[in-house]
Amino acid sequence: MGSLTRLWVYLAQTPLLWLTVTVAVYAAAHWLHQRAHARAILNPVLIAVAVIVAILLLTGTSYETYFDGAQFAHFLLGPATVALAVPLYAQLGKLRRLAVPVGVSLLAGSITAIVSAGAICWALGASRQTILSILPKSATTPIAMGVSEGLGGLPSLTAVLVILTGILGAVAGTAVLDALRVRDEAARGFALGVAAHGIGTARAFQVSEETGAFAGLAMGLNGALTAVLVPFLAGLFGL
Amino acid sequence: MLASLALLLGYQLVGEVVARALNLPIPGPVIGMLLLLLTLIIRGQAPEPLKRLSHELLQHLALLFVPAGVGIIAHFQLLQAEWVSLTLALVISLILTLAVTALSMKALTGR
Repeated sequence: MGSLTRLWVYLAQTPLLWLTVTVAVYAAAHWLHQRAHARAILNPVLIAVAVIVAILLLTGTSYETYFDGAQFAHFLLGPATVALAVPLYAQLGKLRRLAVPVGVSLLAGSITAIVSAGAICWALGASRQTILSILPKSATTPIAMGVSEGLGGLPSLTAVLVILTGILGAVAGTAVLDALRVRDEAARGFALGVAAHGIGTARAFQVSEETGAFAGLAMGLNGALTAVLVPFLAGLFGL
Repeated sequence: MLASLALLLGYQLVGEVVARALNLPIPGPVIGMLLLLLTLIIRGQAPEPLKRLSHELLQHLALLFVPAGVGIIAHFQLLQAEWVSLTLALVISLILTLAVTALSMKALTGR
């Protein structure tokens, strides 16, 4: 065995390698995004995921091996979610004034997300399992996976659909909102959070703290509401 | 900063315990977020170090989704089989959801 091969075999087994790759590739994607004046199509999550998938395929590395290292970044999602309370608290005054619009828009948006995704899949002849897997796609990953599993969907497919929804929302969301002439930061952030959960929220924080705070709120509320609505709506439509 | 990190982890832990004890379908961190918000409301202010740490974490929130995103690699076959209906469903549903949510907010706030 050559010394380079031995070095690779050693490195490939430590969590350090894939954690470093994750952070370094993301840092490069973030730099590129900034250089391109934060153009939405150059979304750092999209680029980092594409580059890392290519690296894993080229080196024949399994997702399990990769995740052994990358899980340390993944773990921070928990504390980061808790941290959303801080910008939310800063927007409390505005949030109180907007309690009714927020509640109504949340309910309308959440039902739209669930019913439209299910109806389109059904109309295009998707299997029952696929339909059940896509229903909770606008909720945050752990909620969506739990809901999908409870109904007989495929939790791992749900996870992929959730991530794809988030990336789509981060890439195209602001353009859609521009086209709809929605200018208010609270409304823009809230819509991003309802439609595209945490990845939409990450995108909203790139725009401003206020947009991010409302997106984070929407993500939390829509997660909870989706957990209640999906089983109810699935029952209603006889799924 | 360390005290703030311990605080965030502590609230997450309490959130996880509450979620399990009450058998709630909501993840622990989301409950932790609501409890921390409640605490800040009762205290009447957010401590400076906590503000700095939260800002730092949330600035790079996108990085934390990369490991889960790479999970797509394990589902290429499944996606290949139904990619047309899935793509249409995701794109159209995203646009409709954004439109319904943002336009209701706009109509109800008059802005």
